[in-house]
Amino acid sequence: MSIPTTNKQAEEIGKANKRKYMLERASQRVFLLCALLSVITLLLIIGFVFYKGAHPFVAEGYSFIDFIFGSDWVPSEDKFGIFPMIVASIYATIGALIIGVPIGLFTAIFLAEIASERLAKIISPAVQLLAGIPSVLYGVFGLAIIVPFLQDTFGLVKGQSLIAVILVLAIMMLPTIVTVAETAIRAVPQTYREGSLALGVSQIGTIFKVIVPAAKSGIMTAIVLGLGRAIGETMAVILVAGNSLIVPTSLTDSVRPLTTNIALEMGYAFGTHQEMLFATGIVLFSFILILNFVLAKISAKGGS
Amino acid sequence: MISLKKVKMGLIMLSILTVLTACTNNNNNNNETQDSNGSNATVSISGSTSVGPLAEKLAAKYTEKDNTKIEINQIGSSAGITNAISGVSEIGMSSRDLKEEERANGLNEVVIAYDGIVVVTHPSNKVKDLTMEQIKQIFTGEVTNWKELGGDDLEIVVVSREDGSGSRDAFQEIVDYSSGELIRNSIIASGNGNIKTTVANNKHAVGFISFEYIDESISTIDINGVEATAENVLQEKYSLSRPFLFIYKEGQLTDAGQLFIDFILSEEGQLIAAEAGAIPVK
Amino acid sequence: MRQFKDNLLRVLIWLSAFLSVAVLVMIVGFIFYKGIGLINFNFIFGDYSPDGGGGIWPMIVTTIYTVLISLVIATPIGILAAVYLQEYAKQGRLVRLIRFATESLTGIPSIIYGLFGAVFFVTTLKLGMSILAASLTLTIIVLPVIIRTTEEALKTVPRSYREGSLALGTTKLQTLYKVILPSSMPGILSGIILSVGRIVGESAAIFLTAGTVAAMPDGILSSARTLTVHAYLVTQESGDIELAAAVGIVLIVLILAINLSATYISKKFNKATNK
Repeated sequence: MSIPTTNKQAEEIGKANKRKYMLERASQRVFLLCALLSVITLLLIIGFVFYKGAHPFVAEGYSFIDFIFGSDWVPSEDKFGIFPMIVASIYATIGALIIGVPIGLFTAIFLAEIASERLAKIISPAVQLLAGIPSVLYGVFGLAIIVPFLQDTFGLVKGQSLIAVILVLAIMMLPTIVTVAETAIRAVPQTYREGSLALGVSQIGTIFKVIVPAAKSGIMTAIVLGLGRAIGETMAVILVAGNSLIVPTSLTDSVRPLTTNIALEMGYAFGTHQEMLFATGIVLFSFILILNFVLAKISAKGGS
Repeated sequence: MISLKKVKMGLIMLSILTVLTACTNNNNNNNETQDSNGSNATVSISGSTSVGPLAEKLAAKYTEKDNTKIEINQIGSSAGITNAISGVSEIGMSSRDLKEEERANGLNEVVIAYDGIVVVTHPSNKVKDLTMEQIKQIFTGEVTNWKELGGDDLEIVVVSREDGSGSRDAFQEIVDYSSGELIRNSIIASGNGNIKTTVANNKHAVGFISFEYIDESISTIDINGVEATAENVLQEKYSLSRPFLFIYKEGQLTDAGQLFIDFILSEEGQLIAAEAGAIPVK
Repeated sequence: MRQFKDNLLRVLIWLSAFLSVAVLVMIVGFIFYKGIGLINFNFIFGDYSPDGGGGIWPMIVTTIYTVLISLVIATPIGILAAVYLQEYAKQGRLVRLIRFATESLTGIPSIIYGLFGAVFFVTTLKLGMSILAASLTLTIIVLPVIIRTTEEALKTVPRSYREGSLALGTTKLQTLYKVILPSSMPGILSGIILSVGRIVGESAAIFLTAGTVAAMPDGILSSARTLTVHAYLVTQESGDIELAAAVGIVLIVLILAINLSATYISKKFNKATNK
């Protein structure tokens, strides 16, 4: 770009500026459009899934209450109740959280605060890599190792069970929780540690009284991300869940979570059956929204 | 000038894509034999996961001779039939007979082979022979312990296919129980392979698979003393069998599709079917 | 008492760390142990054969296709959207709406994307079960990832850069392309690479939109099978754990390579910008 020197050029520059201005305006529009695309796709997804899923209840006279609380799912006999699957999804998610969160958090603390730098430098990238491994492989591992292990060691009648699902999901969410929580803990300013240690608090005391609270929002994100991975997981779960249509009463029952129901039968379904699978999708969707909402509330409450 | 950079980047990516496409196409042409000028028709087939492996084998042999591309999607019998009706696929594969309402859509069916279904257990299971009635009792939950059938004192774990599976429909129809009657806590596995692995790893388990999948990891059950073999199916001594169907809509079949079906029904095609473990059409 | 509690917690931390590492090592170990026997040149570069013993080249090509197409579409859109949110938009209802939408998209499980892709791209837009339909579905899946990471990267560009550039008389657009985007490149790249990982690892959504055809795709309208779907199907249909593990090895190596190149690129960029 040249620096304006004479009045003659001023006009040209004016034109150029105008062009630039137009370009600015036009590009801003394009940017806005791109940003709006995520809104549009979300609306499309909700629109299509809800349209398909709501159809049987609105137009075909099926009862939504029966759908949610019914315990019979026999598509070929026109019975659609997903209560067992809702219960299975809730149990599996909570179970995975109970196992995965503490272990994941403690591991993150270990890597960020206790392990030597050299050790952490080896383990952290390895754990990160594991976060990228396709979940199907976790399912294959579950089917080939965990399921027979449960049968042989604990004498379970069938290894495909709620506990197998919980274990696979807990293992699967570990890398996510560890990686995100470790980053959050490392981001806590050094002065916090020094201050606490200077006051004579032990290392462990400092970690749990000062650092973890300071990294709370990051840790919460870690849990939410891990949770998201657990709830939404489908293919790995199909392999180890057993997919039975019963309301689980013990950890050893085989179960069919919501996601599994969709993937298992989507290929076969048509007509009302297919729409009911979309309806299952709506329930799963709402389920996730509620959970995220609750977790956000919890973390907000803990913060105040 | 600036957006040029963007455009350039896009172009580079696109060209990579094109090169890639070109590469794969070359690959394809290399894999197929001589007549690269021949018809490049595509026959799209979808449906039963039991028929799928056989259809893949037939297609592999067929494309060696003819430059037709055969696309096989294993998505289950019911979906295959739906696709054939809606025109998403030219041919649907089914491992069960058509239902009344499906037949009403002007569908043509061709039996490409027969297949037997065999009840399988863990190799350590002492029960080797059952009556049809006993099988029904097992799958409907009336009998829940192997000792009632002369085996060890072990709980029975039933493994079934998912609702909509052609194998499951055919099995239930022959054994004579409905989906609603199936014992609720049965494990639902979504493939023959998955049933086999589950049964092979669990001494409590019982399931059913297609003849094609029989191997030494599982033990097969005779029905009324009749062994599960192709021969016994042909002589109609063994009743757990069903047809493998190709289904197409009247008038929808292309020449390429017809040629493929002709090939399957030829002596050579039937030989391949027999090698694959299916039972040739006689 | 405090001493005891401290020690107990310390033991728990060590135990957890040990457990995590052990389990993860076991998984990778299991996959390599089971699958390594099948890995050879023909397995990777050979054509698929239904009789067994064939290769997985068609699945590798399909995977590359889906990654490329999804990224070609998602990257520009994602970056521009992030630019809008960070550099142009005034905080307000619209931005909140866009943020909410992006965040909600992140939380949706892939099976629901699969459902959507199956009814929208496959059926309504008549793309059929195809690589294109799957790629478009994947585009939606990775879009929030790219938007988010790009936004984070844009945030880290110091204000002084912008001010300095604008003070020199450049327009906002010029500042954006010459100053802001280049200096946030490492962040953007890491977002793209995260997306590659997500696409490679995806199974449920692809399963419902690309189908399961085990053959070399003719083009992007062919139905085909990616590596991950292949791993699932061989476990499910043929019950072949070894084969699934062998595919798993290829996937792990692929992801390792992606991660390493990500680190390498961002390091190189950092050096370049620091100079």
